[in-house]
Amino acid sequence: MNSVVCISHVPDTEARIKPAGKGIDEAGLKFIVSPYDEYALEEAIRIKEAKGGDVTVVTFGPDRAAQALRECLARGATKAMHIKGDPGAADSLGIAKVLAAALKSIPHDLVFFGKQGVGTDNALVGPMVAELLGYPQVNVVTHMEVGDGSLTAHREIEGAEEVIESSQPAVITAQKGLNEPRYSSLKGIMAAKKIPIDTKSLADLGLEESDVFNQRVVFVSIELPPEKSGGRKIDGADPAAAAKEIVKFIREEAKAL
Amino acid sequence: MAGILVYSEVRDGRLKKTSREVIAIAQKLAGSVGGDVAAVAVDAPYNTEVHTAALEAAIKERQPSVVLFPGTSNGRDLAPRIAARLNVGVASDVDRLEWVDGKLRARRPVYSGKAFATVDVTATPAIATCRPNAFPADEAAADPQVVTLPAPALEPKAKVVETRTPETGELMISEADIIVSGGRGLKEASNFSYIRDLAHAIGGAVGASRATVDAGWIDHQHQVGQTGRVVTPNLYIAAGISGAIQHLAGMSSSKHIVAINKDPEAPIFRVADLGVVGDLFQILPALTEEVKKAKTH
Ligand SMILES: Cc1cc2nc3c(=O)[nH]c(=O)nc-3n(C[C@H](O)[C@H](O)[C@H](O)COP(=O)(O)OP(=O)(O)OC[C@H]3O[C@@H](n4cnc5c(N)ncnc54)[C@H](O)[C@@H]3O)c2cc1C
Ligand SMILES: Nc1ncnc2c1ncn2[C@@H]1O[C@H](COP(=O)(O)O)[C@@H](O)[C@H]1O
Repeated sequence: MNSVVCISHVPDTEARIKPAGKGIDEAGLKFIVSPYDEYALEEAIRIKEAKGGDVTVVTFGPDRAAQALRECLARGATKAMHIKGDPGAADSLGIAKVLAAALKSIPHDLVFFGKQGVGTDNALVGPMVAELLGYPQVNVVTHMEVGDGSLTAHREIEGAEEVIESSQPAVITAQKGLNEPRYSSLKGIMAAKKIPIDTKSLADLGLEESDVFNQRVVFVSIELPPEKSGGRKIDGADPAAAAKEIVKFIREEAKAL
Repeated sequence: MAGILVYSEVRDGRLKKTSREVIAIAQKLAGSVGGDVAAVAVDAPYNTEVHTAALEAAIKERQPSVVLFPGTSNGRDLAPRIAARLNVGVASDVDRLEWVDGKLRARRPVYSGKAFATVDVTATPAIATCRPNAFPADEAAADPQVVTLPAPALEPKAKVVETRTPETGELMISEADIIVSGGRGLKEASNFSYIRDLAHAIGGAVGASRATVDAGWIDHQHQVGQTGRVVTPNLYIAAGISGAIQHLAGMSSSKHIVAINKDPEAPIFRVADLGVVGDLFQILPALTEEVKKAKTH
């Protein structure tokens, strides 16, 4: 069984965000494999370990994104494709078109994504790829089992969980809780160095720049939220008095009681 | 090309609150967009492929300028699918919408709320999913008329075979107006009762920091933050939570924030409107009592 995992390379979650130009200032930022993509990768590796086949990691990104692919290879992915370009200049559908085109050249039964890219927080690319390829999708998956040509996946919804049965090929977007991702081992890091990364340009995939970078969604501005001034602070040494003060706040300011 | 189509969800015969919120903002925008607001609901339980086809047919027939979805599990499952089918763009999880120079302008939190991006959705129809609690709905107003869309006969490749409701009776944090959250300061799993008691008294949902979820004290559905849920309730009460950047990312846009922590330097106080420096084991029971009193008066 072959899986493809689409990986985005994002600023570390601790990073201080500084707006700049059409996005953020990348200087000095540490980049990581987007956290939800780690659950996607782990699931694909476990399926490979149980059933054989390949796990190909794919990213559409600038030169630095190669590091994300190396990290995934070190954890157990068997192949990697790097499509060079700036996803920040494309909208989600543009990115989805790139990935869908790449998938046409990689044998696969399952296609994994993170439930959302940390940073963009869109949760769009996975289902868009599913639609472009005519595949079924199961989003926000917390548990899955694969059969021959089929799969069962648990989808998290508000206050409940759906059990979904699907045919293959299918798109799965991974939620936290799907599994516990492994770390890369030294042995894995050494072995990963021997695996070549298949580097492609948009033209290699037969894509038109004008379609990928078609401005269906156009950047206008980015700004930081207004700095909270930090409100009042009271001493809670007398719990009854503090409780009265809190209830007063809830009543008069939040108007919630 | 005119008007706004709202994908709506009905539960127990009533429009869900999230759908009413979207209809309310659609009605505000309609004056400048031109045309009417049509709230539509598909006449079948949710299924990605079936609802995509039903909505596609309605869009082709009505040719709206804008299609809005509630930012619920199903709304967010469907919007990208429809957009890819129609070759248009989506602004997801938006908390502000305007109509500027003939285009839908949307503001959306990025980097888990550490920044806000404003975008124009230029292709037609312009699609957006609306963040729950971001657009006020008129609670008292009667439900607007909903047009029922027939479900097309098609055999979907993926099907729901079962729905499981793990914790019955508990309010979900994503749609709650009030959230009471607990952190590692609770010391152990059983002490979540302090949080539950207050949440119950005040009519709120139970939230949690990742530290408590990772420790297995509470289910992940309750986690607030960068790798949990990003929430914007009217009132967020945090007890025994330090306020790590990844937690703040999930709750700092709440409208009113109360923090209880024994450490006066805890970073949570930086976002709190009211900070109480003290022992949660003493303050929470006192607060629960005070809330009960306030409710009966
Ligand atoms: C990639 C990544 C993603 C993450 N995502 C999230 C996320 O989504 N959500 C999240 O919450 N965290 C997330 N974290 C974890 C985050 O960094 C913190 O570790 C976590 O939020 C800490 O939880 P806490 O505040 O409950 O615990 P602590 O930081 O241990 O804080 C406990 C607090 O309780 C106070 N306290 C102790 N006893 C009492 C008492 N008796 N009365 C009053 N106060 C008391 C202490 O003063 C302290 O401030 C993430 C981390 C990473 C690296
Ligand atoms: N540039 C990219 N290259 C490869 N995969 C991507 C890229 N951008 C997004 N993805 C995948 O799509 C998921 C959802 O991203 P988003 O729609 O941006 O929230 C991510 O978790 C990744 O799995």
